[in-house]
Parts: sequence; C-alpha cells; structure tokens
Amino acid sequence: MYATTYHRASSLADAVRLRGSSEEAKYVSGGMTLIPTMKQRLAAPSDLVDLRHVAELKGISVNGRHVRIGAGTTHYEVATSAEIKAVCPALCHLAAHIGDPHVRHMGTLGGSIANNDPAADYPAAMLGLGAVIVTNAREIPADAFFTGLFETALEEDEIVVAVTFDAPERAGYSKFANPASRYAMTGVFVARRADGGVRVAVTGAGADGVFRHEGLEAALAGSWTPEAAAGVAVDPSGLLSDLHGSAEYRANLVTVMAKRAVAAS
Amino acid sequence: MGVEGIGARVARKEDKRFLTGKGHYTDDMAVPGMRYAAFVRSPHAHARIRSIDVSQAEDMPGVVGVLTGREMLDDGIGNLICGWMIHSKDGSPMKMGAWRPIAHETVRYVGDAVAIVVADSVGEARDAAEAVAVDYEVLPAVTDTVAALEDGQPQLHPEAPNNLIYDWQIGDGAAVDAALAAAAHVTEMRIVNNRLAPNPMEPRAALGIYDAGEDHYTCYTTSQNPHVARLVMSAFYNVAPENKLRVIAPDVGGGFGSKIYIYPEEISCLWASKRTGVPVKWTCDRTEAFLTDAHGRDHVSTVKMAFDADHRIIGLKVDTIANFGAYMSLFSAAVPTYLYATLLSGQYDIPAIHANVRAVYTNTVAVDAYRGAGRPEATYLLERTMETAARELGLSPAELRRINFIRTFPHQTPVIMNYDAGDYEASLKAAMAEADWDGFPARKAEAASRGKKRGIGMSCYIEACGIAPSAAVGSLGAGVGLWESAEVRVNAVGTIEVLTGSHSHGQGHETTFAQLVADRFGVPIDSVSIVHGDTDKVQMGMGTYGSRSGAVGMSAVVKALDKVEAKAKKIAAHLMEADESDIVIENGALKVAGTDKSVPWFQMALAAYTAHNLPAGMEPGLKEGAFYDPSNFTFPAGCYICEVEVDPETGKTEIVQFVAADDFGNIINPMIVEGQVHGGLAQGIGQALLEGVHYDRETGQLLTASYMDYAMPRADDLPSFKVSHQVTPCPNNPLGIKGCGEAGAIGSPPALINAITDAIGNNDLDMPATPQKVWAAARAAAN
Ligand SMILES: Cc1cc2nc3c(=O)[nH]c(=O)nc-3n(C[C@H](O)[C@H](O)[C@H](O)COP(=O)(O)OP(=O)(O)OC[C@H]3O[C@@H](n4cnc5c(N)ncnc54)[C@H](O)[C@@H]3O)c2cc1C
Repeated sequence: MYATTYHRASSLADAVRLRGSSEEAKYVSGGMTLIPTMKQRLAAPSDLVDLRHVAELKGISVNGRHVRIGAGTTHYEVATSAEIKAVCPALCHLAAHIGDPHVRHMGTLGGSIANNDPAADYPAAMLGLGAVIVTNAREIPADAFFTGLFETALEEDEIVVAVTFDAPERAGYSKFANPASRYAMTGVFVARRADGGVRVAVTGAGADGVFRHEGLEAALAGSWTPEAAAGVAVDPSGLLSDLHGSAEYRANLVTVMAKRAVAAS
Repeated sequence: MGVEGIGARVARKEDKRFLTGKGHYTDDMAVPGMRYAAFVRSPHAHARIRSIDVSQAEDMPGVVGVLTGREMLDDGIGNLICGWMIHSKDGSPMKMGAWRPIAHETVRYVGDAVAIVVADSVGEARDAAEAVAVDYEVLPAVTDTVAALEDGQPQLHPEAPNNLIYDWQIGDGAAVDAALAAAAHVTEMRIVNNRLAPNPMEPRAALGIYDAGEDHYTCYTTSQNPHVARLVMSAFYNVAPENKLRVIAPDVGGGFGSKIYIYPEEISCLWASKRTGVPVKWTCDRTEAFLTDAHGRDHVSTVKMAFDADHRIIGLKVDTIANFGAYMSLFSAAVPTYLYATLLSGQYDIPAIHANVRAVYTNTVAVDAYRGAGRPEATYLLERTMETAARELGLSPAELRRINFIRTFPHQTPVIMNYDAGDYEASLKAAMAEADWDGFPARKAEAASRGKKRGIGMSCYIEACGIAPSAAVGSLGAGVGLWESAEVRVNAVGTIEVLTGSHSHGQGHETTFAQLVADRFGVPIDSVSIVHGDTDKVQMGMGTYGSRSGAVGMSAVVKALDKVEAKAKKIAAHLMEADESDIVIENGALKVAGTDKSVPWFQMALAAYTAHNLPAGMEPGLKEGAFYDPSNFTFPAGCYICEVEVDPETGKTEIVQFVAADDFGNIINPMIVEGQVHGGLAQGIGQALLEGVHYDRETGQLLTASYMDYAMPRADDLPSFKVSHQVTPCPNNPLGIKGCGEAGAIGSPPALINAITDAIGNNDLDMPATPQKVWAAARAAAN
C-alpha cells in the first residue's frame, strides 16, 4: 500500500470539504473493495475520507411499502433487518449472500453501488427494484445510475446518501456464485409490482455490467412462473466471457437463475 | 500402546501455539538493524534485458541498496540447479538451461526476479522497486505444454532445442506393442493433469543475516529441508561454505512440496545482507506466491490399455509431456520419471508397461513436486482409464479391478518398483461396504426425481512413500542420498530430546515422534521434546517430503532409541546388580523382571551423567545417534469411492459422499493420520473440482494470480469424509509403517471425476470439473 492520510468525516458537508482538500482524495466506507485495491497498489489515494461516522448515511426506515436505506448500512444490517424482511425479503436474502461474515459486517450498500463491480449483487437489486439513488446533490433513478463497468452517474465528489424504493409485491434473487471469488457469476433479481409491472435485472453476466432483460420481463409480465422464465432463451452476445464461464454458459445461467428467482419470490 | 504410546490418539502438542497465534514463523523473526527486501520482477513472460537503471530507486527515501543480477554474477553466486540427472533414451543427459537467481540477460516468466531492493520498510522497498527502470526487448512466449514442442515456437534456452529437456522412456516397448496387437480390447484416452499452485497458508519468507565479524551467515527460511538448503546453497550457489552458513526453518505453515526447493529469494537475501551490511528480510505476498512458488502437475498424456478376452490387462502404453516451466527446479526431473512412470502398474498385475516422457520448457514459473508428485498423475491416468475400460467392457468397475489386482507379495512390476505388502481387496471391500455401493441405484433414482444426476466413481490407488534407498536413487540419477538421521539425548534428569533431520510443517512430528519415545520408555510425552529445523542444532538430515518422515525419519529415531535402551539397561543392571538381559522398561522405570527391584528412569539417567557408578569401561552420558537408510520404498494403497450429484441446469457438482479406505501399515497416531487424509482429500478434490493455473496463451500473463480467480476448496465444497484403515504392516521398516501424507491427494481426483462422468454420461471431461465444463459435457451427452 502507498502511504495515505486518513480523515474521519463527521457530516456530509465535512466529508465533501475534506475530499475537496486534495485532488487525489477518495471516500472510504467499509473499505472492503477500496482497501484490498490499495494493498495491491492498484489505487493510490493521497487521502481517505471515512464516511462511516456520518449520521446522514445511517439507518433503515420503512413506511408502509416505502423503504429507505442509508448508504452506510452494512450488508449484515440489511440481511438481518426485520423491517426490510417484512416487505422485501429478497433484499435480505441477497445481502446475506454477499462475501463472508467479515465482509458483510464491514461492507456497505453505498460502497457497493458506488463501486458498481460488474459481478456485485446490489446493483441487480437496485435496478430490479427500480430504486432511486439519493445523493448529497440529487436523486438518480437506478436505470440512469449504473453506466458501465465500475462506472456510475456519480460526480467525482458526489456521495451516495441513501437508496429508496417501493417494495414490490413479489421479488426474488438467485445467484450462481463464481467458484473462486463467490461474487456473482450470474445473479438475477426479479420483481413484480401490484400493477403487474415486472423488472428483471442481471448482474455478473453483462459485458457492460448490470442490465435489464426485456425478454424475461415480457415473459414474466405474461406469466409470473418459473416455467415462463425457463422458456426464455437468452442471447449470449453482449455477455461476459472469461476463465470461469463463456458467454453461452452465462446466457444459460441467466435463464436458470431467473427461473429460480421467480420460484423463490 | 499406553495412552501416549504408539497407536494412541494423542492431541497434537504443537497445536496450542499454532491455534493461539504463538507460533514462530520466519516472518516473526526480527534482529537488530533488520531491513526489508522487495524484488523487481519481470512483467513479461519472455524478454531480453537491454538495461537496468537503478539510479532513481537508489535515491528514494529509506533505500539501503538496489542490487542487480550482474553484481550477483560478479560475486560468484552460482546458478540454481536440478538435483536429479535424467538421461534421454538416446543416452544424452537432460538439457538444463541456466537459471540465475536474479536474471541479468533474459527473463523467462512473469515474476522472474531482475533486482532486489533493500530499504528501511516494506513500503519503501516496494516504492523503490517500482522506480527501477528496466528496458526490456519483449520476445514471443509459449506457455502451453504441448505447443512448446511444436516447430516455430519461441525457444527458452539455447541448451534445449525445441524446448525439449529430455525424452525418456521406461519399460519394454516391443512387449507392449505386441500386447496391443494381440488385445481383445484396447481402451484409449487422452489425459490432462491440470496445473496447480501449491498455496501453503504461510507464504515463503527469508531472513538473511551476514555477520561480518565472524564472516558467518544465518538464514531463516520457510524450508521443508533446511540441511539440504544449506548443502545446496553452499555446494552449488557459492553463498558460503557449510560451516559458515546456518539455516533455520522455524515453524513453517505448510509446504506441500513447494518449500523443498531453494529459491532465488533466500540466496538473494543472504547475498544482499553481505553486500548492504544489514540483515535482509523478505516475505512473499499472495500474488507473488502465485507467480513464483513452484507449481505442480501439468501433464498431457495419451494412454492405451490392452485387455485379453478375460479382461486381464496385458499391456499399458503411456506417452506423457510434462511442463517444467522456465527453469528446472530442484527435484523437477525426477517427478514425471521415477516418481510417476514407476507407479504406472497401480494395484494391477500388468505384464508389460512402456512409458515415454518428454519434459519441456515453457514461459511459466518452474514446476516441481507438489503433494504426491508424479503419483497423483499416475493414479489419475490409470484410474480414469480403468473406469473407462470397465464401462467399455460392460463390467462393474470393482469387478474389472478385482480381476487385475496383484494378490501375492512381494510383487515385481515391469517398471522398477517391487511392492512389498498389501491387500487391495480388503480396502476395496471396506470402501464398497462403507459407501453402500449396492444401494446406489436406488439413490440415483431418488436423485433423478429431484432433477439431479447422481453418479458414483472409484479409484484404487497405490503410491510409493518413504523416499528412498540411497544407493537405488543414486543409480537412478539422484544427486543426494535419501536416508534420515536422528539423535536421542537423555538429559541428566531423564527428560529426553530427539533431534531429527525430518522437518514438521503441519505433520505433527512434535507429537508422533514423542509418542515413539513414550511408548519405548513409558515416560510422559511432555518430558520429550522434538528438535528440528536448525542446522546448528541438528545433525545433517534430509528433511520432509514424499511421506518420508514416518517410514524413514521415525525409523532413524527407532534405531537411536535401540542404542539408548541398550545402554540404559546396562546402567540399570549395574545399579541393581542384575543381569542386563533381565531388565525390562515399564512405566518410566527399569525393572528386574520377576522381582520388585526397579530403578526409576530419571535415576538411571542421573547415574549416566554423575558417572559415579557405571559399569567398567562405560563412557558417561546417555546420547545416541543413528542414520537410517531404507531398503525399499513403502507402498500405501487404498480404495476411494466418491458419490456426486450434478445439477444439470448449472453443471454444479455436489459431493454427497466420500469414502476413503487406506492401508498405511501400522499407525502411530490415528487422529493425525485422519487429519492428513482429510487434508489430502481436500487438496485432491480441489484439483479435481476447482483449482487450475491459467496463463494467457498470447502474453504469458498469469490469469489466476489471486483468490478472485484461483478457486481454493472451502469447507462447504467438501463433504464429511468417511475414513477407515486396513493394515498390512510394511515388512521393511522397524515400525511397519508406510506413510499417509499424500494418499488423499493421490487417490481422490480420479474417484471424483469418475463419479461426475458417471453422473452425466460423458467421459470427455478434464479437471478441474468446473460448473461450466460439466454443464457443457452434460449437454453434449444429452444431445
Ligand atoms: C472477500 C470479499 C468478498 C466479497 N464478495 C462479494 C459478493 O459476493 N458480492 C458483492 O456484491 N460484493 C462482494 N464484495 C464486495 C463488498 O460487498 C464491498 O463491501 C462493496 O463492494 C464495497 O462496499 P464498501 O462499503 O466496502 O466500499 P469501499 O471499499 O469503502 O469503497 C468502494 C468504492 O466506493 C466509494 N464509496 C464508498 N462509499 C461511498 C458513498 N457513500 N458514496 C460514494 N462513493 C462511495 C469509495 O470511494 C470507493 O471508490 C466482497 C468483498 C470481499 C473483500
């Protein structure tokens, strides 16, 4: 790791100010992505601005079916939240299967979506839920937030404060873990609203990161059944091909995970 | 046996310090003035070094020195060597290219060292390493085992045209060809043994300390064989003469073979310590370990197995290409030859065997012995072929094996080995009973009702442990003898130290070696200490690998104990005015048999050291040493049965049952043996299901350089193992033991792959059987 200077921000405004003090500064939340990257000398922030003590990023609130989760909420807190579980158990299930217990106690929702790893789990949930990403400057719909591999709509110093969404009537998440990293080789989040609207978001498989699958959405809007998902053939073009899985294999996994996500919903 | 003697389940004495973080590993060592090293490593798989500019790095904060390979050459540090000479079938010696500890002309794999930086902190050393400017002329690279031999491929060493190191053979080719021609059935396969990274929990480390006052070097290092490290560093690398070099391998956190070899880094730390005048420590990080630890396996073979009309094997023909990486590592030459082809008879009576082995250079890190070393490759090849043959012949896999089992001993195979004892049927029977083999069809049907494809597979392995009779291995090309040494020191108060040339890096020697003493003298195990791993304390020894510490290392202890016992009895007889032949040792006392006369052990020991009243002419003291040279290898064998369920939609394999029935001969500590088997099974299952090193074919970059891409087995990848032992004592060593350290890793891969191929109905599957590959193979079978 290169030498760096640590700062603890006490408020959102303080965080922005601290980050502005150097061009090479970076926010850190759980550090579960950023710190390993620094240890490998792949990132070299001059300053680290710790967001973990910023009150505005904390807390989970559920009003009726409206959910707001602070960006600083850990994966463990989401996984074990009785309030979220009551309206959207699929999200708790997703959070409970991120990494290992250490990672879940440190890593945060905000850090995960700001990082937008193409194999991360939360981006699929945000896109599948049609969530809104609330920042210190604006509100960004998930459809506009995830813009590419490790790319988001966030400005340089913009902070994810919270995510909000209306819990769908039914939702499910199914992940096929990469045997090595246990990130998603393919993860599919499915959600159906009371008005019949369906969203299907796929992570781990897309060459450009998380994406929605129209064919699955149409099939499931017609019939919310595992069979309907199983009948959809996914086009491998545009899917990721690497050591662990070819595009064809991932295309198959998209269908199978969608089917299983619906069955679990 | 007694509660602490041979055969007792004594809890490991060493575990308390390991489990409470109180172990002392090389990286824990600190000496005054110590500084830290970082290596500048080649980012290219193959390149010529045009120039190295260290000036900027030298000016960086905290930097003590930046040293290059040219300076090392000028100081007379020698090339790394391979300690086993193999001759090709045309009689020519193997073609060994030069391996410089720090390259100064050509780099041949990603990770090859080109400079060492010594600085006040690890961070500063690494910062400065990045500032070393190396001008490379990048050359084309070849990483693939088979491609390396093809025309027009990049050439690694001028000494080895076509990258061919040797073209070796064993056995009677004409007899095998005749058998193939006469056969009623021939089973043919192409078998790939995947390349593995060893991944010991503790990464390699070295601390080199040069004492200018004494002109003496000390090296703390992560070694499985510190004496061999000292010998090689002094005799071949010219680091220092042996009497001026102390090598200490303190607690070592796993080796699996990868810490047998003497690597560039420990040589460089010692040399750099003299050059810079400060002690120099280097500790590998995990990616550096993936890049630079010697890898294992990497064979591509074809096999033909000939059967007569009665399903007896009448001939076996094997052709293997073994990837050695960019340089010949210390034992590499022996692995695909005398540790591999000599085991190709397996548990079977095969009248004619011929194997041809070509070893090749590629632009990858060196490949050498890794848990099992050659024997897993032989077993995987043979046991997959047997299973395939059974399927082709319409026989049950057990039946085909039974027809061909060796049943009388000793048995001379056509490939050197002479099996001394075994009962293969016993292990097969035990495994099949434990696995409820006959109930499999019902379980398969039940699994099918859940949409799962269930399969069962077996493997009957044999291996050769207790390496090895020195004269025999010498005649086969070994550069060293493979005996072992021991010294037993009885202190004046009766406590005992055993100094062994074996080295424990996870095997539990501090417990099992002490059990031998407790068993012999009836003294508490806590009064026995095992001393190992320091060339200044322990007499020359050959170290631990190839499951040799039991069969060879313990046998040396037994020989020394015999001598101690004889002298102790003489002293006791003298003290009690009895006849020496009437003395028995029981519960920590020397007694006159049939009387109530006895002398406590400690009193006899005290008498030996006060020397006030010893038999006439006897030397004072009680300390005996012994060297033991085995008369043969030992031959552990067993039967493993694996049952899997495959999810046809994703290709994911779940191991639902794994049965291991092993014959390790007599067992000193069943709990430790079970632990060794469990660990070996985890490693073998890792190879078969998860692990695989991948280099990019174009660039030679290592694609699996972290755990993000290299899949190690985790607890939830593994079932609960069912382990049992059958015992035919080894007739060739005093304890009747064979060795257990590698069996699990040797026997398990074919059992697992045979189960998967049974489940999916497609035999065309290579390790690791990743979900993607199994899914594709299952689909191909279904279409
Ligand atoms: C062993 C291991 C296994 C893992 N497995 C999985 C897995 O299975 N699935 C999965 O999805 N993830 C996995 N992860 C990643 C984990 O979920 C991370 O915690 C997460 O991706 C990043 O969250 P963090 O809070 O740790 O962010 P950090 O590492 O602190 O930061 C990540 C990036 O986000 C930025 N950032 C952080 N917080 C904010 C914010 N509020 N606003 C704007 N920018 C911000 C930082 O500047 C940085 O660039 C794993 C990680 C590890 C170490």
